[in-house]
Amino acid sequence: MLSIQNLDVSIAGKEVLKGLDLELKAGEVHIIMGLNGTGKSTLLKAIAGSYETSAQGEINFNDENIIELTADQRASRGIFMSFQNPIEIPGVNTIYFLKTAINEQRKARGEEEVASPLFMKTLKEKMEFLQMDKSILQRSVNVGFSGGEKKKSEILQMMMLSPKLILLDEIDSGLDIDALKSVAKGINALVSKDTSILIVTHYNRLLEYVKADRVHILHEGKIVKSADASLAMELEQKGYEDVLASS
Amino acid sequence: MSTQIDSLLEQEYALGFETDIQNDQAPLGLNEDIIHFISKKKEEPEWMLQWRLKAFRKWEKMDEPQWSSLHYPRINYQAISYYSAPKQKINSLDEVDPQILKTYEKLGIPLEEQKLLAGVAVDAVFDSVSVKTTFSEQLEALGIIFCSISEAIKNHAELVQKYLASVVPIGDNYFACLNAAVFTDGTFAYIPPNVKCPMELSTYFRINALNSGQFERTLIISDEGSYVSYNEGCSAPMRDENQLHAAVVELVALKDAEIKYSTIQNWYPGDKEGKGGIYNFVTKRGKCLGDNSKISWTQVETGSAITWKYPSCILLGDNSRGEFYSVAITSLAQQADTGSKMIHLGKNTSSTIISKGISAMKGTNAYRGLIKIRPQAHKARNFTQCDSLLIGSECAAHTYPYLDIKNPSAQVEHEATTSKISDEQLFYAQSRGLSEEQAVSLIVNGFCKEVLNQLPMEFAVEAKALLSISLEGSVG
Repeated sequence: MLSIQNLDVSIAGKEVLKGLDLELKAGEVHIIMGLNGTGKSTLLKAIAGSYETSAQGEINFNDENIIELTADQRASRGIFMSFQNPIEIPGVNTIYFLKTAINEQRKARGEEEVASPLFMKTLKEKMEFLQMDKSILQRSVNVGFSGGEKKKSEILQMMMLSPKLILLDEIDSGLDIDALKSVAKGINALVSKDTSILIVTHYNRLLEYVKADRVHILHEGKIVKSADASLAMELEQKGYEDVLASS
Repeated sequence: MSTQIDSLLEQEYALGFETDIQNDQAPLGLNEDIIHFISKKKEEPEWMLQWRLKAFRKWEKMDEPQWSSLHYPRINYQAISYYSAPKQKINSLDEVDPQILKTYEKLGIPLEEQKLLAGVAVDAVFDSVSVKTTFSEQLEALGIIFCSISEAIKNHAELVQKYLASVVPIGDNYFACLNAAVFTDGTFAYIPPNVKCPMELSTYFRINALNSGQFERTLIISDEGSYVSYNEGCSAPMRDENQLHAAVVELVALKDAEIKYSTIQNWYPGDKEGKGGIYNFVTKRGKCLGDNSKISWTQVETGSAITWKYPSCILLGDNSRGEFYSVAITSLAQQADTGSKMIHLGKNTSSTIISKGISAMKGTNAYRGLIKIRPQAHKARNFTQCDSLLIGSECAAHTYPYLDIKNPSAQVEHEATTSKISDEQLFYAQSRGLSEEQAVSLIVNGFCKEVLNQLPMEFAVEAKALLSISLEGSVG
């Protein structure tokens, strides 16, 4: 699904990732952990195609090197990124934004626009599943949303867009336990043999609800340690310094 | 069939302006002879000629205003022809600039209408003649007068004499005064008492305006208890070879009357370096003459190299209401100094100003607004909201609000914000599948929503398409 080789990424001239390698197979859930400022978010942004990042190397998604593609081209190929701080777009209804996004992706893939009744039906189901209030649909994208509403809205967009590769940037930060459960429920609903998920997080908490196949530690621009889910537990108990020293 | 069209076309022009092409161009410059020439060409009555001469003599003593934030080379008023023949007729769309055609296509304008807009003299005109006639009959039955100002001067002199310059006096400002002296055509509308005009007065104007010159004059009178919604301009770029465009629009609303005036202005903006483009110096003003009357201006300004325009309301009647909703885009090297004036004279008068300025590339946008509350205007209220959106780092936005409050019971609010389309916003929308251009247009449309909502439906759709076209290539 995703194969990253020798990836260098810099932001505003500053080198953040240096020769990073990462393999993510279809159906797998991987976690990226690491100290603040080690480039976890940068990695996700580079995969999604942000302006901020200038990347060199190979990001192969389903055997295509996507490094030169724009963010929207990557999105229509099935890559979705949820933002750590979802961005506000004043004056644009959430429902309009969502429908536009779906249709633009469909258009880029040469598919017909989604039929409105089907769109509304799916939307209603997903919102009930995530226990979301439907008033959010008529509000401007992320404007005046609470922390929980923002994250749930990201998960809703993710579910509606049915991506193949999901990048979640601290989706669990700032959430109360109920919201965290809803978010985890949304993520689990998308876990399948055709979907891969890459999650950046600082906490073990999410792993209580989402089953991870691999945990990677990102340090000084590279993946320095990879192991099964127990690594996250080890990190929580010993801290980065000890775990890194012992590796 | 074609002979029938031909004869219809001939008829149409016989009624209108084009008579003898060779003699229809006035020599360069402006003097009393030219005023005589224009008035004669238009077969005007003596009083109109005298009115024009009075304006010209005033104008000669006036100086061009220098207080705006606009920068442009001095205009040589003696190097302009003040009366020129209708633009050269084009025989097919193949002769039209492909760039213009591309824009029409993006705006979704039907082919027949494209031909009309581009000034192609073919059977499309036939269609519109019949449409025009149908409208005219329907309006006539209600007693609504809707015609060119030249026709009104001839056929409805009483109304014209009563209201012309009653809102914008001849010597109001330099450009309005120039207009009074040399205006070539424009629109006249009169809605009789208690009549609600059953249609948007727009399609008609488009056709009417096809060959109107650089100095238009519009006068709309809404009599007691009547209502009219008027849409000016067209959403396709009418490239105009003229440099200076100085129009005057006057609106008069009597007791319990309401006028809604919507504009989409998309004149040629010039190039990236600021070469070419229209200098648009327009005076638009409405007078709420009677109690409980209302005048509402909505404008979407995307064209012109220079825009100098402050649609205003004089709130004379008690409980009268003025509104101004504006979106002004300056991209390329465009400059806009635009805003509104609300003059409160009556009791319980209220006004609202919502101004959205968008600057991209090397564009500069200035909002200039005046709220004047006179001593007799008890309990007057105004709310002004003035937002600027910047795209890129070479553009600029300024806000110049002026408040002149002479009555302590007044309630005046002013809000202003400046924001920028950030890379993060673009990335967010793009990561959901929108292209860069779609993302910009979505963000801009969101920003302008309150104003676009004021436009009549059909107009709003065109305005949205126009906004994205105007900002094409402004990012990245």
